[in-house]
Amino acid sequence: MHGVIDETIVERVDVAAVNAAPRRSLYAKRQKIFPKLAHGRFRKLKWAVMAATLAIYYVAPWLRWDRPGDAPDQAILIDFPSRKFYFFFIEIWPQEVYYITGLLIIAAMSLFLVNSLFGRVWCGYTCPQTVWTDLFVAVERLVEGDRGARIRLDNAPYTAGKLGKRVIKHAVWIVIAMATGGAWVFYFADAPTLLVDLVTGQASTVAYISVAVLTFTTYMLGGLAREQVCTYMCPWPRIQASMVDEHSLQVTYRGYRGEPRAPFRKGQDWDARGHCIDCKNCVAVCPAGIDIRDGPQLECINCALCIDACDEVMDKIDLPRGLIAYDSDENMIARAAGKPARFPWLRARTAIYAAVVVITMIVMLVALSGRSVLELTAQHDRAPLFVELSDGSIRNGYTVKILNKVHEERTFALSVAGIEGAKVDVAGLTGETADIIIVGPDSLRSLRVLVAAPRDQTGDIDFVVRDLADGTEARHDSQFVGPKR
Amino acid sequence: MAEHKDIDEVSGTATTGHEWDGIKELNTPLPRWWLWTLYATIIWAIGYMIAMPAIPYITGYTKGVLGHSQRAVVAEDVATTAMARAAQASQLEGASLDQVRSDPDLYNFAIAGGRSAFAVNCAQCHGIGGGGAPGYPNLLDDDWLWGSGVEQIMLTVRYGIRSGHDEARVNDMPAFGADGILTGAEIRQVAAYVQKLSGQDHDAALAGEGQQLFAENCVACHREDGTGNRELGAPNLTDGIWLYGGDLGSITASIGRPQNAVMPSWVDRLDPVTIKQLAIYVHALGGGE
Repeated sequence: MHGVIDETIVERVDVAAVNAAPRRSLYAKRQKIFPKLAHGRFRKLKWAVMAATLAIYYVAPWLRWDRPGDAPDQAILIDFPSRKFYFFFIEIWPQEVYYITGLLIIAAMSLFLVNSLFGRVWCGYTCPQTVWTDLFVAVERLVEGDRGARIRLDNAPYTAGKLGKRVIKHAVWIVIAMATGGAWVFYFADAPTLLVDLVTGQASTVAYISVAVLTFTTYMLGGLAREQVCTYMCPWPRIQASMVDEHSLQVTYRGYRGEPRAPFRKGQDWDARGHCIDCKNCVAVCPAGIDIRDGPQLECINCALCIDACDEVMDKIDLPRGLIAYDSDENMIARAAGKPARFPWLRARTAIYAAVVVITMIVMLVALSGRSVLELTAQHDRAPLFVELSDGSIRNGYTVKILNKVHEERTFALSVAGIEGAKVDVAGLTGETADIIIVGPDSLRSLRVLVAAPRDQTGDIDFVVRDLADGTEARHDSQFVGPKR
Repeated sequence: MAEHKDIDEVSGTATTGHEWDGIKELNTPLPRWWLWTLYATIIWAIGYMIAMPAIPYITGYTKGVLGHSQRAVVAEDVATTAMARAAQASQLEGASLDQVRSDPDLYNFAIAGGRSAFAVNCAQCHGIGGGGAPGYPNLLDDDWLWGSGVEQIMLTVRYGIRSGHDEARVNDMPAFGADGILTGAEIRQVAAYVQKLSGQDHDAALAGEGQQLFAENCVACHREDGTGNRELGAPNLTDGIWLYGGDLGSITASIGRPQNAVMPSWVDRLDPVTIKQLAIYVHALGGGE
């Protein structure tokens, strides 16, 4: 056991975890983190996920979807002026905003489900904060070099060369941030038109302010704040602890195999010591600057780059991979005791999360497929509740609204049911076609309707609109009110 | 003093260096970002005091180098709104009711303006929905004292009723009781006859005697059949709608000591477009003909 530490096979990195100090002051300055580039499966996967998510973000508003009439042809569009949300074949009016609730339930429950199975994969791979930070760090690495070079540059006095690199880095960051903010506004207006408007200075002030705010936040959060967003600003690290259990797969250091750790010496006996050679490559690649060997931590976003770093080292020293790996707490204990690992995917919590997701999806599908394209509401006047007419009959006033959710003009007949001898009078309509109401494409028509009936006819009243072309009907119930007798 | 930092053993924090009876104060300075924010707000406040109206005098105040005034902003906003409405307002001023009705935009403009003006000026007496109250006419029903066309309504709004304006609609129901024209017994007889006219339960003997009195005293305005006269604003006594109440007591009171209530004239207070909007709105409430 008296060999020399061999640095030629594995580089030992001089690095300490940012959260290592036993008592951290609340006033401590942020310790700079210079993540080293990792090579391996998970790094490749993260590049692929980054490419895919960025592509979705930038391309989505440019997809076209042919809609009849004056309706916009943009596949995904949040149309604030006309208060409509378009998503491919789905079209949502403000009254149907509960569909969004369904989407949010599905999103939240899917997040819980994935979290209970695989831990924080959302944080590690797909969260925009992770994706953009990864992109910003990649730019930094391209301009300033990998970890060692960046540390040297950071410690060096300001020279023209250092200034140049810094200017280039921040310039590229700002370009990316502007592209991010710029792409965001395309979701809210016709993208090709807006692009021309933005470039020629014709777009609305709101558009420019949105772009500016998102440029600032992207630059700030992705370039400067980085892991501090996850550690200090994001509530999810605090919540997710309740989503995982002893069977959840998380990025784990297999301490039973790694300890006692000691530097690598050539020709040593692996049986007498742990497999961790304390090279600290896992800390060097960590974007949060922590040491996975300290166990599960709030700061760890489970990005698995330490797995890549460790696997690379294990390959070099001819030990099996997987000293750091996705594993569960239960399996750690089992493996330490020499028992086989188990992966019980189906557990009470995963089953419940999955069931909620599936049920919500079914409810949403049923609701969407049965979405009515005609809606009617009738609101009784609040003051006065009724009017006595000179012949002793009673008249009630209503505000009746007809929603035509079809992209074509429709013609309806309005009538009432439930009150005998009711006379319907639509304000502004007279003559033979007084009960024929034309509603324009994709619009709402509000009518003031007066219903007169004999004095003894009070109670429930139903308003009915019937499409004269295809006979579809919509009803809404209300009250016909008279004096107390 | 700043050289030798006194560190508290228990907390590991520096102390201020002062000691009172063996008690030392820990030195936990404000976070840097907080301090800088404070300084920034102080600088902002100084700049603001120079730029904007800030310090009150006894009779005035500092105007600030930017010369900002909230009153001027409001005046400008009001002028802008008036400008925006000007085109439709002048269009409305010259349009007939049929023209207004055939133009949905113009109609909505009239109704929206009328609703707003009604809520501010009329709802106090006529109710927020125009439903009226005893003594204040219900504007939704089909019984009108002075006529329910847009023109008639507009005339009423413009000059009022018994408002003292030269053009006002005026009638004067005599106080048959208070002025001693009829005796109490006679008034009861006429009241019973009016009840009969409107189809209520009544004392047939009294009503029979009241018929003659009605013919002598009332038909000039209310007509022989009691259906009233819109030219004079005389109410129809045969229907179920009563401004001051239709029971025997109310009818008797109205004959003996009529209220002859007043509606103010609005011509000097509202502009012609607003009055037209009001007339169209009231007309559309349901009673308009």
